[in-house]
Amino acid sequence: MTALATGSGEPLIRWSWVGDHTGELTTLTLHHLKLALLPIVFGLVIAIPLGIMCVRWRWLYPPTLGVANVLYGVPSLALFMLFIPYFGIGSGGQADFTIILPLTVFSLSVLVPNVVDGLRSVPDPVRQAATAMGFGTLRRLIQVELPIAVPVVIAGARVAAVASISLVSVGVLIGNGGLGQLFIDGYSRDFTTPIIVSCVLIVALALLSDGVLVAAQRLLTPWARTRRKAG
Amino acid sequence: MNLSDQITAAWNWLTASAHWSGADGIPHRLLEHLGYSALALAIAALIALPLGALVGHTGRGGFLVVSVANLARAVPTLGLLLLVVTVTSIGLTPVIVPLIALATPPILVNTYEGIRSVDADIKDAAIGMGMKGPGVLLKAEVPVAMPLILLGLRTAAIQVVATATIAAYAGIGGLGRYIVDGLARKDYPSVVGGSVLVVLLAVAVQLAFIGVRRACVSEGLRGSSRTS
Repeated sequence: MTALATGSGEPLIRWSWVGDHTGELTTLTLHHLKLALLPIVFGLVIAIPLGIMCVRWRWLYPPTLGVANVLYGVPSLALFMLFIPYFGIGSGGQADFTIILPLTVFSLSVLVPNVVDGLRSVPDPVRQAATAMGFGTLRRLIQVELPIAVPVVIAGARVAAVASISLVSVGVLIGNGGLGQLFIDGYSRDFTTPIIVSCVLIVALALLSDGVLVAAQRLLTPWARTRRKAG
Repeated sequence: MNLSDQITAAWNWLTASAHWSGADGIPHRLLEHLGYSALALAIAALIALPLGALVGHTGRGGFLVVSVANLARAVPTLGLLLLVVTVTSIGLTPVIVPLIALATPPILVNTYEGIRSVDADIKDAAIGMGMKGPGVLLKAEVPVAMPLILLGLRTAAIQVVATATIAAYAGIGGLGRYIVDGLARKDYPSVVGGSVLVVLLAVAVQLAFIGVRRACVSEGLRGSSRTS
């Protein structure tokens, strides 16, 4: 790797820099995880009831989906900007919400349609069987419909988590980007090592969180393992 | 500044006639933005459509393609941009490369999934009618998979349009200029106005794809599924 060189004669990666900065890298990685994953948690907490409401009252879904589709197209930097007047600029404390809340909004645009699709994927005979067994609406929802929706909901959470982990780094442009801080650090000094290291760490975080979500899905849907591919 | 002040300021910025002419005017920046987006999307489609169709058709290498595509989705676009700027120089390349990296995975995965999940009966029928491999792919599999393929293109197009704002960081134009320059000058109406334009463009892209879907998807397939 070090054989590849940029014009200035500097190697693409200077490994000694990585060794000298493990403390800083750890701090930034943990902060990055916090900024990226709290939005997914908040997003799920909001999207599940909202999705249930959209399935129950069908008229609610088209406008909700429309708003979600528009929000999906907002540049993340622009979303961050909207929250600056309320939570300020900087890293840590209250200013973290300038990043966390916009990413929550973004995650909702992915999660809500998936919750609705997941609930709608419950076959009618299953629903009728639950009713015939004496399940009330709420119990049927919690014990039958939501578990069946888990794979689709988690598929959405995986997309949202990977996107969120990658998008946090844009926050560096307003001074709070987790590992993205190193992009500007490297760019301003014409030094590629911090940029490459932070990109690699971000991809690694995405893989890790993806793995955790896949594991969660296996835990939450034990029946999928005994029956080959439930769809 | 509260939300209604922001909206008023952005509205005044958008409707100021000075912002509608010249090299820094909205029409010129909009065309630049569309240009970078279309170029990146076209190159991504040239890579992803044939590869996805081939892998979906043969059924070989599917796991590898999906894994690599998901990995690519995690690569931060801004980091890639700044890396390419640092290694090469300011210009079109550092903008286009990250946008291609952004647009390729959704097109690739949806094309692959679409072609792969075509009903075996349909393929059997096509072979029974005397079609060979390429005929089955182009006349049976691609039309049936079209809703998913278009969904992949649409997702990619929206992400590219929203993300092409970063072109401003590579020192070239596009609507990102209003956001980036506004941020540097603390000119928030310019930031919000530029963002509104990007959102409107993303909405226009969505509407355009509804039209494309009407034109390209066989009537028997309307109201079809979505993934990712």
